[in-house]
Amino acid sequence: MSVNRIPVVEKILSANDSIAALNRKRFDETKTFAVNLMASPGAGKTSVILQTIAALTGRLKLGVIEGDTAPVTIDADRVIDAGMPAVQINTGGDCHLDAPMIDSGLKQLPLEELDLLIVENVGNLVCPAAFNLGTHANVLIASIPEGDDKPYKYPAIYRGLDVLIINKIDLLPYVRFNMDYFRTGVEALNPGLTTFAISCTTGEGINAWTDWLVQRSAELKR
Amino acid sequence: MHELAVTESILEIANRHAAAAGATRITDIHITLGKLSSIVDDSVQFYWDIISQSTLAQGATLHFNRVPARMHCNDCGVEFEMLAELSPCPECGSFQLKILSGDEFFLESIEIEKEAGETQ
Ligand SMILES: Nc1nc2c(ncn2[C@@H]2O[C@H](COP(=O)(O)OP(=O)(O)O)[C@@H](O)[C@H]2O)c(=O)[nH]1
Ligand SMILES: [Mg+2]
Ligand SMILES: [Zn+2]
Repeated sequence: MSVNRIPVVEKILSANDSIAALNRKRFDETKTFAVNLMASPGAGKTSVILQTIAALTGRLKLGVIEGDTAPVTIDADRVIDAGMPAVQINTGGDCHLDAPMIDSGLKQLPLEELDLLIVENVGNLVCPAAFNLGTHANVLIASIPEGDDKPYKYPAIYRGLDVLIINKIDLLPYVRFNMDYFRTGVEALNPGLTTFAISCTTGEGINAWTDWLVQRSAELKR
Repeated sequence: MHELAVTESILEIANRHAAAAGATRITDIHITLGKLSSIVDDSVQFYWDIISQSTLAQGATLHFNRVPARMHCNDCGVEFEMLAELSPCPECGSFQLKILSGDEFFLESIEIEKEAGETQ
């Protein structure tokens, strides 16, 4: 019997990463700007998607992949009611979406017709950060009632972001939330991060966010 | 937690490389894990003991090599080891930092047994 040490040097999530790369290739070929929308449960992911649809209807064709741990289609139904195609992915209790789940969701969407795809990830601030989906942008929604300490408690997700949305700013008068403290934490983890402060209730700030989407999707088509 | 998916991936990679090398058993698995990574090694170990059963990797020991978080300060250029999350540059207090190391997560190597007499 002999003992050998075998060098491997393979990224542990490399299988996910290679499927993510294939997803990205499809988004690029069909010129669909794809967004991975992450947040804790209740931060307002579905609300932001519905506001985005309302603002962009007639300008961009949008599709949605809804990730949920439970086999409920509540969020997908709301998107379809708003007039855009949506597929529901049930993760079977898993705490995050991964690239193969997106691949299977894409089979049920008319990707060639879409300018924009929004993926609503599972509500969680830890696990989704570890799984690349192949989307063009990682977006996190932080909402005011969650408190101002979340960047300090969930640094990994903040480090990987392309955009931060601060939602429920209409609640600032009622909730103890130190915006300077929050932004200092964000700046330490992701200097210069593009940030939009919005309210889905009053509509404040939504246009800046949707303008960003329009601009990025136009850049992809050049 | 996503440690189950992570552990399944470790098992798949280790067994694939071991089978390709003609191993009869995997004895040790060396994993490089950056300090900034959110993986909890205790729960990987917990899942490992369950899912590695009746594979080449059954009974293999997991070794986690923790890589310290080394940062570069974009303001003053100093390089330092960040001991606690969200610490500023020790020289100038800036938070404009770039990660030099500490976010890695890969399977570095495996140790295997083979039947005697087999060629390398
Ligand atoms: N006050 C206030 N409530 C909001 C806002 N956005 C969403 N909500 C509420 O927050 C709750 C959760 O929203 P939802 O979009 O389902 O969150 P999700 O779980 O992240 O998809 C709902 O009751 C929404 O009406 C906002 O800007 N202001
Ligand atoms: Mg939702
Ligand atoms: Zn400095």
